[in-house]
Amino acid sequence: MPITADQIRQVAQLARLELESGRIEKYAHELSSILELADRLSRIDTTQAQALAHPLDRVQALRPDAVTDPVGEAGRATFQSIAPAVRDGLYLVPKVIE
Amino acid sequence: MHTLSIRQLSEGLRARKFSARELTQHFLKRIEQHDKKLNSFITVTAERALTQADAADARLAKGEGGPLTAPLLGIPLAQKDIFCTRGVKTSCGSKMLDTFVAPYDATVVRRLHRDAGAVLLGKCNMDEFAMGSSSETSGYGPVKNPWDLTRVPGGSSGGSAACVAAGLAPAATATDTGGSVRQPAALTGLTGIKPTYGRVSRYGMVAFASSLDQAGVIARSAEDAAWVLQVMAGFDPLDSTSVDRPVDNWIGSLDRPIEGLKIGLPKEYFAEGLAAGPRRCIEAAVAELKKLGATVREISLPHSPLSVPTYYVVAPAEASSNLARYDGVRYGHRAADVQTLEELYKRSRGEGFGAEVQRRIMMGTYVLSHGYYDAYYLKAQKVRKLIYEDFRRAFETVDVVLGPTATDVAFKLGAKTDDPVAMYLNDIYTIAANLAGIPALSLPCGFVEGLPVGLQLMGNFFDEGRLLNVAHQYQRVTDWHARLPGAFT
Amino acid sequence: MSVPAGWEAVIGLEVHCQLLTQSKIFSGAATAYGAAPNTQADAVTLGLPGVLPVLNAAALEMAVKFGLAIDAQIAERCVFARKHYFYPDLPKGYQISQYEQPIVSKGHLDIEVGEKVQRIGITRAHMEEDAGKSLHENFSGQTGIDLNRAGTPLIEIVSEPDLRNAQEAVAYLKKLHQLVVYLAICDGNMQEGSFRCDANVSVRRAGESKFGTRTETKNVNSFRYVEKAIEYEIQRQIGVLESGGKIVQETRLFNPDTGETRAMRSKEEAMDYRYFPDPDLLPVVVTKADVERIRATLPELPEARKARFESQYGLPAYDAGVLTGERALADYYESVVKASGADPKLCANWVSTDLLGALNKLGRDMATSPVSAEALAGMLRRIADKTISGKIAKEVFEAMLAGEGGADEIIKAKGLVQITDEGAILRAIDEVMARSPDNVAAYRAGKDKLFGFFVGQVMKATQGKANPEAVNRLLKQKLTA
Repeated sequence: MPITADQIRQVAQLARLELESGRIEKYAHELSSILELADRLSRIDTTQAQALAHPLDRVQALRPDAVTDPVGEAGRATFQSIAPAVRDGLYLVPKVIE
Repeated sequence: MHTLSIRQLSEGLRARKFSARELTQHFLKRIEQHDKKLNSFITVTAERALTQADAADARLAKGEGGPLTAPLLGIPLAQKDIFCTRGVKTSCGSKMLDTFVAPYDATVVRRLHRDAGAVLLGKCNMDEFAMGSSSETSGYGPVKNPWDLTRVPGGSSGGSAACVAAGLAPAATATDTGGSVRQPAALTGLTGIKPTYGRVSRYGMVAFASSLDQAGVIARSAEDAAWVLQVMAGFDPLDSTSVDRPVDNWIGSLDRPIEGLKIGLPKEYFAEGLAAGPRRCIEAAVAELKKLGATVREISLPHSPLSVPTYYVVAPAEASSNLARYDGVRYGHRAADVQTLEELYKRSRGEGFGAEVQRRIMMGTYVLSHGYYDAYYLKAQKVRKLIYEDFRRAFETVDVVLGPTATDVAFKLGAKTDDPVAMYLNDIYTIAANLAGIPALSLPCGFVEGLPVGLQLMGNFFDEGRLLNVAHQYQRVTDWHARLPGAFT
Repeated sequence: MSVPAGWEAVIGLEVHCQLLTQSKIFSGAATAYGAAPNTQADAVTLGLPGVLPVLNAAALEMAVKFGLAIDAQIAERCVFARKHYFYPDLPKGYQISQYEQPIVSKGHLDIEVGEKVQRIGITRAHMEEDAGKSLHENFSGQTGIDLNRAGTPLIEIVSEPDLRNAQEAVAYLKKLHQLVVYLAICDGNMQEGSFRCDANVSVRRAGESKFGTRTETKNVNSFRYVEKAIEYEIQRQIGVLESGGKIVQETRLFNPDTGETRAMRSKEEAMDYRYFPDPDLLPVVVTKADVERIRATLPELPEARKARFESQYGLPAYDAGVLTGERALADYYESVVKASGADPKLCANWVSTDLLGALNKLGRDMATSPVSAEALAGMLRRIADKTISGKIAKEVFEAMLAGEGGADEIIKAKGLVQITDEGAILRAIDEVMARSPDNVAAYRAGKDKLFGFFVGQVMKATQGKANPEAVNRLLKQKLTA
């Protein structure tokens, strides 16, 4: 099923991507051909198959409840040295309206 | 020095024939001389390398080193720029992370450099966020193939492959989500191994598709690969998907004879689509392995033609999720002069990600979105099970599965950049191992018109040792792996 | 306020309950409340490239405890899923939560509203990570993000739409609150956001079987606000429908200043969370043996304890209910009974009336009570052995609250030992009778009410220390003689 330019806009909105307007048609075309490839799967009988989320049949290991990564002011300074905008220890973003 | 094996380098260091500093300086000099042609490094960490080399020399002077205790002490290595290195830019080939100086070390980096004393030469160029098969999607320009500078080195670990092939580093780390270790190794005449999913920690390795990503090595021989992988591998409590099981002695099992080895040739891997030249090289290699005592039989992996469509649903889905964190808030690219939150997100991500990454994010978002999840994502996970079952059955009768790594030798730069599907079909032979989670290795088995051809060996879960052993035995009787591209001798 | 005739409200609550772990659900950063901004945001919490989650054993155990306490099914195998949306307090662009396979499902809680006991279904409870906080103070027109709270373990408890009015909703919420605090899996602090409630409300005409369109009112952070928000929402929806309008399915925000709710602007866009199993985490397996091991650590739950208080201590249902309302209070009461050896009913009166009254006045809770259980028991022993009277005890208790020491110390320092010597009491009675011959005559002439006057005078004369029982008895004898 080919993807329309409108669907591309919707998906881009969901993924928070600003697309150059000239690219939308191109993406629609490219995604359509990728989906055409993916559509081959629909012809396969998978009634007997369980979905495989992980190649290894293992279960989650647990970590003991202990503070092993105290951050503190020093840790925060390190992490925020690569942040685009901070003040008073907070990350800054344009005003959020609830 | 750049033609010696890691074992020889280690012996040389311990015998004080040369110091780690001299060895490091040699490779740094070669990088300076040659990398302009290749663009295989994004960052060269010369100063840090020399400091680490001096520290290694001090340890060597105390008698440390050697294959059993510290095989990589003083050995220079390059890291794919996907592994976080504390205090060093970790870009993952993306302008999104151009300003990202990692505040912590990946487990692989910690094991290799902090614990084992290997020297970090620099960070290798790659396809952006490892999405690509040619290293042309990098935000830092394409990598060139040392065998022909007009051709691609494969991808996504093209920088790792190119720098090792050109003798700018003895070995490099790489990662493999759908063939990103093996395909570039094949296209540059190197040996590359992707171990079993969960064998090497993913902690600190920038995620592309979490259920498929696995770290590996690209080196000039199976022996070199074994020396590096031996140190990288092992359980890591910081990675829930890493496997708590002892690592076999891969270095120690290289010399085992392979007589009686049962090789399966999947007929689907030798169908149309495989170019004639590479086919001949692979058939010759099979004959060589028979001479070493292996037996060969045809097998079938009936669902393998579905690998590519399965992969191009699962991998983008996971990628679209993994890449949601790049929002311009805590690190990475942030668009200038944004007025609203919405604008911050959309413009930072629109500007920071290249076209291929955007394509995959959209594809992944689409297949996970309401109304499509069952038809695509869930369906793909079920087909994935069928592909997995194919291998499980195959390994009931054979020890290794042998086939081509790529459909052909390295293609020209730009040849496939306008056709994503053609690019994706490049991965047709490599993807299944990631979907199934099994180990796989590519090794050089000949040349077609001066360009290397790769052979792929796939093994059962945790059977990396056998893959390395078979490759090493083959490399004892052949010299494809020992050749250097003419321009870089 | 109840639901107007002709209408029925349908209410379901979603409660987010922060688990009382030391560290975060998927990393080793601290979860303590009130730290300086982002000083508890480690690499995993920040969602740095390459980091991976590892599940906290204690968080899992607490979720199982909760499931057992509501008599629910504990999934042998449960799965974490990613829930995607973009918001600055959500560092990874997704929240690790549970979707199709939650740890707890199909439980229930019995609530009492007035005289009737009602069983409220709990659809599910799943584990997830909390988000950070957006601070909307003015940073030159920008919002500040503190990620300390991000990654704190939560269980989200989803009720069936079994509640029919605000009072039931509050009763359910209080019961749930009591339970998680009893289980010591949550501190229950609503002010600090440890226990938060979202209310799903819809209305329909009485007799209608189909549910109406519902709205979700977010983060109502006190019992009173929950009641007000639900009542407002019921009235609003009925108003809209009666004037021919339609209810829009939306997320609303409660404003405690006005008592009203309003649609949230940031949630206008239709959500598509794109849930899928988190590939960084493996299926979580809880074996039958694990469940039994955890069951053995469950404390006695409020209902069982209330029943035991009634049978073991002979307390009326009301008193038993008050005393078991909080685990710390029930523990306190039992310590007092045990240490004092006094009549359990007497102990109950002191704890539920005097102690709670005092704490309420002081604005303190059980944990910060100035009078410990041992100290109160010490005083009750003196009542039991008749060293002091109940009346004197009030004075002793006041002094204990003021920090003047233990009961014995205070009794001694203030000379409050009860007079039980009947000779001394008789002398006091004689004095009082001699001072008031008119009253004696009046009493004897039939003015019974004056008996209280005489008791008061005798107690006054003995500075309240006379044994009241002896005073009564001897006075009667004397006056009728």
